[in-house]
Amino acid sequence: MSTALMHTGTHEKKPVLTKKKLLPYWLLAPGIVWLFIFFLVPIYQLISTSTQTQGYGIGTYVQTYRFANFIDAITSSRAQLFRSFEYAFLATSFALIISYPLAYAVAFKSGRWKNTLLVLIVAPFFCSFLLRTVAWEQILGEQGVVIKTLRFLHIMGAQGHLTATPFAVVAGLTYNFLPFMTLPLYASLERIDIRMMEASGDLYANAFTTFRRVTVPLSMPGVVAGTLLTFIPAAGDYINAELLGNPGTKMIGNVIEARYLAIVDYPGAAALSLILMVTIMILVMAYVKRAGTEELV
Amino acid sequence: MKQASRWFSRNLIRIYAFLGFAYLFLPIIYTIAFSFNNSTKSNLVWVGFTWNNWLNPCGAPDVCNALGNSLKIGVLATFFATLLGTMMAFAMGRYAFKGRSVVNILIFLPMATPEIVMGASLLTMFISFGFNPGFWTIVIAHVMFCISFVVVTVKARIASLDPRLEQAAMDLYADERETFRRVTFPLVAPGIAAAALLAFSLSFDDFIITNFNSGSVNTFPKFVYISAQRGLPPQANVIGSSMFLIALVIVLLGQFVGRKRAGVR
Repeated sequence: MSTALMHTGTHEKKPVLTKKKLLPYWLLAPGIVWLFIFFLVPIYQLISTSTQTQGYGIGTYVQTYRFANFIDAITSSRAQLFRSFEYAFLATSFALIISYPLAYAVAFKSGRWKNTLLVLIVAPFFCSFLLRTVAWEQILGEQGVVIKTLRFLHIMGAQGHLTATPFAVVAGLTYNFLPFMTLPLYASLERIDIRMMEASGDLYANAFTTFRRVTVPLSMPGVVAGTLLTFIPAAGDYINAELLGNPGTKMIGNVIEARYLAIVDYPGAAALSLILMVTIMILVMAYVKRAGTEELV
Repeated sequence: MKQASRWFSRNLIRIYAFLGFAYLFLPIIYTIAFSFNNSTKSNLVWVGFTWNNWLNPCGAPDVCNALGNSLKIGVLATFFATLLGTMMAFAMGRYAFKGRSVVNILIFLPMATPEIVMGASLLTMFISFGFNPGFWTIVIAHVMFCISFVVVTVKARIASLDPRLEQAAMDLYADERETFRRVTFPLVAPGIAAAALLAFSLSFDDFIITNFNSGSVNTFPKFVYISAQRGLPPQANVIGSSMFLIALVIVLLGQFVGRKRAGVR
């Protein structure tokens, strides 16, 4: 007890303070070292590999600072690069359209079921991402119920199919990243003071105007966070394109994966990875700047 | 008729939410249903009901080996990521120090980088240092991408603490260490548990980064991806379904305990 009291004494204060000054760095050190060695150094290696050229033998490369690698990479995979951003944009838009009312319903209309419904939104994450995608492949596939019903009703001809189409890939992307959209939306909607909406109603705004002028602006941080969390993984994904698509729906991830693991063209793959990363960063920064939510970073 | 349409418009958002949840759960229900399918090779068409797959989850070749690897990697990655991430979260949430914004960016970057870029860059590094990818490279990679999520989760919990509780402990003559051990840590513990659960599910479910850095080591997602080309055995559905149900029970139990505690207080 007496030692505890002494801590408040002036002569004890100095050593405590210096200890505290160093303490955060000690706490941070292991994590920072880990992220430095296994995140930043690899990115540096990626940058360095991107300008290398083929040495003697497959898979050996020497540094020649050949920046034309980037031009080669873009010209050979321009279609997949654009397709990735197109699909990611579509999937993000659909996810926003589906998620907003869902998050709204959970935040304002669920009463005492709120926490349970919240768990249900996260629950799909607990079932393997790949298993769910395979499940969609089979639900929409040639042997599945959906296509047989559509054919039976003559809505779709015998030649028509749902999998191996751009539609299936975008639908898969939308589905897989939906909780990433719904959760931040819910978090920002839930924080809104209901009295704001009531005040708007008291000032003769109808329900739609209240929604447009009060609810939506106040939920913008959630919209920004949700679109980023959906767009970034969707643009780099290749599982949906692989399982639900056809050779004409390949995304940039498929190209990078094939160049790395099948063709062993490390510089080309590294250049494409960097192009993907930098493009996403630029889009994200422009978007965050426009949407005006800087507290994210 | 008029009444029906009024009911419809009043409950529109609820109907919509119901459809939304149906959409979210359709493939999961499908996965669980087909874990009971009495199929021999490819699990595409419904043949008949059976308990056999659940009684014999290791019946398909290599599936339990892959599952075992995923569980081992998941536990190791969760332990290290939670440890390192929690330490960082306390530093970020509790102390003012120089270089804070740089650390913030370093924590944010892995979350904003597409998985394929992280996977590819790690493989590039391992190759150029002559390191053969395998079990430990997967663990290293998983710890790396889980840390940020742990920091964010635990930091949020620390930020929501009532500082008066700690002040009260100090007023009651607890020294700093005792305050931390008996007040701060127990209050932050649910956040750490949530972060660990998140880290485990991220690690267990990861395919893209793992695929780049696993060499010939098989994991459960990798097993699903490879066998999806020629038809998934129903045992994969059994494992997926049980992981789903276990995680759901843990989360619901956690909520129940949390609510009970809140009620007592």
